[in-house]
Amino acid sequence: MKSLRRITCCASALLVFFPAYAQKLEPAQSEISFAFKQMGVPVEGRFSTFAGQFSFDPKKADPGKVVLIIDTGSARFGSPDTQTEAVKAEWFNVAKFPQATLESTAIAAAGPGKYDLTGRLSIKGVAREVRIPVALARAGAITVATGAFTLKRLDFKIGEGDWSDPSMVANDVQVKFKLALSGIAAP
Amino acid sequence: MHEQRYSQTAIAIHWLAALGITAAIAMGVYMVALPMSPARLRLINWHKWLGVSILVLSTVRLLWRLTHRPPADLPMPSWQLRAAHLVHGVMYALFFAVPLTGWTYSSAAGFPVVLFGVLPLPDLVSPDTSLAAVLKALHVTLALTLGAVITLHVMAVIKHQLIDRDGILSRMDPWPIRNLEA
Repeated sequence: MKSLRRITCCASALLVFFPAYAQKLEPAQSEISFAFKQMGVPVEGRFSTFAGQFSFDPKKADPGKVVLIIDTGSARFGSPDTQTEAVKAEWFNVAKFPQATLESTAIAAAGPGKYDLTGRLSIKGVAREVRIPVALARAGAITVATGAFTLKRLDFKIGEGDWSDPSMVANDVQVKFKLALSGIAAP
Repeated sequence: MHEQRYSQTAIAIHWLAALGITAAIAMGVYMVALPMSPARLRLINWHKWLGVSILVLSTVRLLWRLTHRPPADLPMPSWQLRAAHLVHGVMYALFFAVPLTGWTYSSAAGFPVVLFGVLPLPDLVSPDTSLAAVLKALHVTLALTLGAVITLHVMAVIKHQLIDRDGILSRMDPWPIRNLEA
């Protein structure tokens, strides 16, 4: 009985000191989508499979760290042709680079419910620093992080060879995300 | 002699449409056989722009046709006149049906048409994969039908010009001066 209490006590202490252990991404309520233009025609896609590791405390001056892992093979498009194309070596090269990651290097508060995330975005073996404004909103036990940023696809060799012509497929890709997180302390 | 010819406007639209429609059908047949590549996408977009241009030209053409009397029919057996008028009617219907099914197909496939890469046109239907498949088949069938009907139209002209020698081509000759000099 005594040992059980100790275990419970230790577990609670772990949750208090390492809130990361209780912070979880809720995939069903989360979205990562992207949009670009192809000869002026808007094309939209999204990733259906992604995971994250979060240790985030909005009350702290240095609120913590975020790692997001995206399965590049889970890119979904309206057109089956586009979807077949996206996995190929010229595009995401899913066979060789099955995952893209975003790892925060610094998160700074930028007003109520707003943060500036600086991080390393790695896609297709290329890592680049990105700055992403993130807004946090709380709905019950869930904290929703939303944000958007623009990346240059050619920086990450997405669309090589004949496809590198930006007059055909624009270089700018608008990325949008909505991540539903449980277990984050109220601000 | 003058009233035997179509108006200059009708003649200009006729040859512009002939050029555009032939090019659009040729592009369509060629591009669908290409593997996925920038060349294929570029042709598909040009094909769409051309198709929308043909739709606009056909609207102008129909309005012109409805407000201007064409020259009287050349003397020929009544079955040939009926066939000629039927072929013209079918072509006019397809001038609209082919681009409209193409545009609708593009909408259903989730690719809005952006005219000349700058002017976004409204989607005619919401994206729907199964509807897209039906519209694609319909667009291709109607386009090939238009190709066949145009072939019939051209063969009839050749027959009248070379066998009947009734000078039918001069009715659509864009340079009548040349005829006067000849």
